[in-house]
Amino acid sequence: MYDFAFSKPTNVADAVKLLGDPDAKPISGGQTLIPVLKQRLNKPTTVVDLTKLGLSGITVTATTVTIGATTTHVTVATSADVAKAIPALAHLASHIGDRAVRYRGTIGGSLANNDPTADYPSAALALGATIKTDRRSIAADDYFQGMFTTALEPGEIITAVEFPIPEKAAYVKFPNPASRYAMVGVFVAKGPKGVRVAVTGAGQNGVFRHTAFETALAANFSAGALAGLATPADGMNADIHGSAAYRAHLVDVIAKRAVAAAG
Amino acid sequence: MPQVTLTVNGKAASVEVEGRTLLVEVLRDKLGLTGTHVGCDTSQCGACVVHVDGKAIKSCTTLAWQVDGSTVTTIEGLAAADGTLHPMQEAFREYHALQCGFCTPGMVMSAIDLVTTHPDGLTEQQIRDGLEGNICRCTGYHNIVKAIAAAWPVMHGRGTLAAAAE
Repeated sequence: MYDFAFSKPTNVADAVKLLGDPDAKPISGGQTLIPVLKQRLNKPTTVVDLTKLGLSGITVTATTVTIGATTTHVTVATSADVAKAIPALAHLASHIGDRAVRYRGTIGGSLANNDPTADYPSAALALGATIKTDRRSIAADDYFQGMFTTALEPGEIITAVEFPIPEKAAYVKFPNPASRYAMVGVFVAKGPKGVRVAVTGAGQNGVFRHTAFETALAANFSAGALAGLATPADGMNADIHGSAAYRAHLVDVIAKRAVAAAG
Repeated sequence: MPQVTLTVNGKAASVEVEGRTLLVEVLRDKLGLTGTHVGCDTSQCGACVVHVDGKAIKSCTTLAWQVDGSTVTTIEGLAAADGTLHPMQEAFREYHALQCGFCTPGMVMSAIDLVTTHPDGLTEQQIRDGLEGNICRCTGYHNIVKAIAAAWPVMHGRGTLAAAAE
């Protein structure tokens, strides 16, 4: 790892100012950034800690669940409030990485990084979440812009994520057996924003909405409604873990399981 | 150079660190606590797991300054002053839950966290799932799972290791 300076601001304004330096990088749990730094894939001059900004915590209202950006995965996974309001979200958080990673990793970090195989982007997109930052609110549909790419401006900090509470939802993941990242993960939701299906792990451009499935499920929310709808292999990721055709097939299988799990 | 202050196994420690210094480097290289191992150095194997403020985390994927002011427990901090092993260590010995021993410090630290956070019971499946982040290449895991199941009643004051073995 190259060496770097570090800074621990205690309010959002100071953090944004520090991140105005193009060679500064934010860190929250660091479960992705530290491995990246070890591989020398990034060379920040300053690493800015976001965990002292008071952005951790969960607020549940009758219609929304709002999760602070530096809330760890284990906090979401074990929150009785989240389990009651959006059980699929607690379930998703309880399957990110492993237990040790879940103690450190945060929702804001996951969404800011937008790894194409991360779990949280599928929940944000399927539930129609709003990404709140130091300067604005961004709809999930506008937020995800391709692999490791988001609508965030340089130095913009996620402060919280607001999820509308759905009528029903489920997340099913087919994890890579070694890394636990999603080979394919499908989040289905039926709620105030209609039926939405988001797929992570499979697409070359990261998380995406499966509109063909959404149309079929809007007419008939059952696994049977997806019978005969084959996801095309075009645009699917292909690597040593699986071909594009394999992933496309997995999308079909996992989506049916997710719909069945949503009930 | 920045200073980081930690309480490690009950003792205060103040060490100089660089921005890039990992918690595991502080423990092993600066404090001489080499019981915590570095296996993969890529966050996957769990040999480096220690407790920071009671939570089992990967010390190879934590920068020392991120946990400044924290209380750290390593494998060296588990046994009593008179050498009496922690119930989890005793269970690992009793159930032959190790062969080469390289993964064992991380396994034990993760296992204690798993038992502590499941006061109402711990199924075999929960133990196996809970060990996702700890890789062992010798044992095939079976005896590790048995040892953790056996340590659960002891740690929660509901039985003895001998009773679990019967």
